[in-house]
Amino acid sequence: MSLYQLQKFLYDLNRDTRVQEEYRDDLNGLLSRYDLTDEEHAAIAQGNVGLIYVLGANGQLLMHYAAFLGLPWPEYIQAMRNGVATYGPVRAGVYAMRTRMDEKVAGV
Amino acid sequence: MSLVFAGVCSHAPGITGRAAMAPPELREPLYAAFRGMREKLLAARPDALVIVAAEHFANFFMNNMPSFAIGMADAYEGPIEDPDWLRIARTQVPGNAGLSRALIQEVMQTVDVAFAEEWSFDHGIMVPLHFLTPKYDLPVIPVNINCQGPPLTPLHRAWAFGEALRRAADKVPARIALVGTGGISHWPATPDSGKINEAWDRALLERWARNDKAGLLSYTDEETYRDAGQGGFEIRTFISVAAAARGAGQIEHYSPIPIFAVGCTVATMQIAP
Repeated sequence: MSLYQLQKFLYDLNRDTRVQEEYRDDLNGLLSRYDLTDEEHAAIAQGNVGLIYVLGANGQLLMHYAAFLGLPWPEYIQAMRNGVATYGPVRAGVYAMRTRMDEKVAGV
Repeated sequence: MSLVFAGVCSHAPGITGRAAMAPPELREPLYAAFRGMREKLLAARPDALVIVAAEHFANFFMNNMPSFAIGMADAYEGPIEDPDWLRIARTQVPGNAGLSRALIQEVMQTVDVAFAEEWSFDHGIMVPLHFLTPKYDLPVIPVNINCQGPPLTPLHRAWAFGEALRRAADKVPARIALVGTGGISHWPATPDSGKINEAWDRALLERWARNDKAGLLSYTDEETYRDAGQGGFEIRTFISVAAAARGAGQIEHYSPIPIFAVGCTVATMQIAP
C-alpha cells in the first residue's frame, strides 16, 4: 500500500502545477498527506531518484520526477544505476534493471 | 462515413526531447518517415484523428484504471511534461465532443469503455501529433488502452476494441483516421533504456503487416516482459489498429535508435472491407 502512496505522490506532482508549487514551498506539509514509510519520505525529501527507483516506483512516474528535479538524461539514468548499486535490486514493479552496471546501451 | 486511414507509430519522448543526442543518419530518416505518414494521412482527408495511445499516468492512475478510455471534449491540452524536456510547446489541441460521443456510444455496444471529458496529453500523444498534425488543426479524439498498470488489458480485448472502433468509425458521418502509438520492445525509464530486441520487433511487425490475428494475440505478458520489456506491453495499440483496419500493413520505417529508447516505427495499413 505504501508504494502505492509513493506513486500517487509522484502522479500528483507530475501533473499538477499547484502540487509542484507546494513541493517547493512546503514539502513536509505536502508529504504529510501521503501515508509514506520513513524510507520513502526520506527518499523524496532528498530527491533520491536511485532509491525511489529501487523502491519500485513506476518508471514513467519517476522519469518525469527526475525531469522536474532538473536531472539531465545521463544523470537520471546513472542515478538509477547508483540506486541499484547502493540499495540492491528493484524491490517491486516491472521496471527492474536487466543490464550490467557498466553496460550503457544508449551510450549514457 | 468510414475509416479512411490507419497506421501506427512510435511515441517515445526521446524522439523529440533527445533529438540533439541522436546521430543524424538515424534521426533524419525517421523524421522523413513521419512526414510521409503525415502526407498519407492528409491525403485521406480525415475530419478527425482517433489516436490510440498507451498513456503513462497522465490522466489515469491506479485508483481508477480503465481498460479502455475515450476522450469526449472539444479541446485538450498537452504536454503535461516540461515543454523544455520534451521539446514540444504546451498547447491546446482541438477535439470534437459530439463525434466522440457518437463513437463511444457505438463502441459501448460491444466493449465497456470509460469516457473522459478532461484529458491531458502526455508524450504518448504529443510526439505523434508533433509530426502528424504540427499545426494542431485536425480534431483529435484520444483513446487509451491500459498498457501500464497491471493487471493489463488482455490482448484479445484490445483486438475486440479495435473491431468496435472500426464499427463505430463506419457508422458516423465523419471521415476517421486512426493511429495507434506505442513502442514495440523497449525498456524505457530504466537503466536499460536503449535496449531494443530488434528480432522480436521485426517478428511482431511481420505479424502486424500480415494482419495475423492469431499471431498477434499469441503473446503472453510473461513472454513479452521477458523478451520485449515492460514497454512491449504497448503492442496493444498496434493490435487494436490491425483489428480496425483489417488490411495488410506497410512498414514504412523501422530503425532501432538507442538514445530514443525504442525501435522507431512508422507504418500504415490498408483499410479492408
